[in-house]
Amino acid sequence: MTDSVKLKIDGKEITAKAGQTILQAAAMAGIYIPHLCAHRELEPWGSCRVCTVKVNGRPQAACTQPVAEGAVVESETPELVNVRRALVEMLFVEGNHVCPSCEKSGNCELQATAYRLGIAAPRFPYTFPKREIDASHPDIILERNRCILCARCVRASTEVDGKHAFDFVGRGVHKRIAVNAEAGLAGTSAAATDKALSVCPVGCLMKKRVGFAVPVGQRQFDEKQIGSEI
Amino acid sequence: MSKPKVATTSMCGCFGCHMSILDIDDRILKLVELIEFDKSPINDIKSFTGRCAIGLLEGGVANDENYHVLKAFRENCDILISVGECAKNGGVPALRNPIPLQECLEEAYLRGPTVYNPLQVIPNDVEIPLLLDKVYPCHEVVKIDYHLAGCPPSADTIWETLVALLSGKPVALPYSLLKYD
Repeated sequence: MTDSVKLKIDGKEITAKAGQTILQAAAMAGIYIPHLCAHRELEPWGSCRVCTVKVNGRPQAACTQPVAEGAVVESETPELVNVRRALVEMLFVEGNHVCPSCEKSGNCELQATAYRLGIAAPRFPYTFPKREIDASHPDIILERNRCILCARCVRASTEVDGKHAFDFVGRGVHKRIAVNAEAGLAGTSAAATDKALSVCPVGCLMKKRVGFAVPVGQRQFDEKQIGSEI
Repeated sequence: MSKPKVATTSMCGCFGCHMSILDIDDRILKLVELIEFDKSPINDIKSFTGRCAIGLLEGGVANDENYHVLKAFRENCDILISVGECAKNGGVPALRNPIPLQECLEEAYLRGPTVYNPLQVIPNDVEIPLLLDKVYPCHEVVKIDYHLAGCPPSADTIWETLVALLSGKPVALPYSLLKYD
C-alpha cells in the first residue's frame, strides 16, 4: 500500500491518500482547518494563508501542502490561531466590509470565519479604500468593496464555467478583480447561474434581486459555526 | 457602598444600540438594582457627576464633538465598551470615508437630486460640530476595553456583558451572541 500516508494533526494520527493536500486529508478525517481561498471543487490556490499550519515546525498553507509520511502537523495551537485571526482581521481592514448593510451577512464565509475565531474587532487600523462597483450586468453585481482577492471566481470561471470572465489586474494594494470585457461585466459571457458566483465566499459577486430572500437570523452561519459539517 | 455608575452615549450612531439596551425589558429593573446611570441619554444627565465603572459607547467618531465626548468618557470611566458596528468600525456612516469630505458636503447641500438650497451655502456655524475628514472607530481614538459586535448587539449580548463585568467574571459570550449584523 504505497498510496496511503500516515500523519499526525494536533496529535491525532490520520490516514490520507498520497497526493492529497493537508486540508483535504484533515477534512476527510473530520478535522476542520479554517480556510477562505480554498474550495473543495476548485484547484488549490494558496493566497489567503488562513489555513496556515505548521508541518514539522515550518509554517505551510494546508491547502497547497501535500501530505507526507510521518508529518507532524500543528493546527489549533494558540500561536496559529493568533496568526489566523490576524490574517482575517487584515482582510476586514483592507476592504469595506459593512456587514449590517450586506446581503451576504450570515452566509458569508469571511464573517463566519471571524465568528469562529472569536474576532470582536481588528487590531489593525481600517484603510477605507475606494473601490469600484460594476452593476452593468442585468443579473449580477460585482461589489469590489467586499472582495478578498481569493480568486475563487477566477478559478471557477476558467475551470468550471469555461468562460474566463474574471482575472486580477494591478499589484500589491492596487490588485483588484477585473472582468474580461471593455464594457464591464455586461460585456462578458458571465451568467447568474455560473459557478463563479456560487463559490464567492463574500458578498462581492452576487445575484441581483435575491439578496434578502432568506432573512437575516435564518442563514447558514447564524446558528451553526463554519466547519461544523466536517 | 454606593452602586457602580454606568454612563452611555450615542455619537455617530442611530440610537439603535440604546434601543437594544432598553430591549433587556424587565431586566432593567434588576439592572438599576446593580448600577446607577450617570451621564446618559436614558436619564438626560448631561455631564459626569463622578467616576464611572463602565462607559457604553454607541457610534463612531465623525465630528469634533464626538471626539471630545469620547475623550471625556475615557477620562471618567474605568471600562469602555464599544457597542455596535458603528463604534467598532464606523458602520454605515463610514461609507463616506472613501469620498473626500468636500465632495460629501457638496452632494449633501449643493448638488444632491433632492436639495433645495437657493443660497447655495454649505452650513458653517460655530454651533455646528465640525466634521472630521472621516468617521473613526472608537478604538482608533482612545483605548477601548471590550467590543460588542452587532447592528445592534442583541439585548442578551449587552445584558450578559454587563452582568459579567459587574460581578467580576470574564466576558465569555456564546457563538450565538457574536454577530456583525
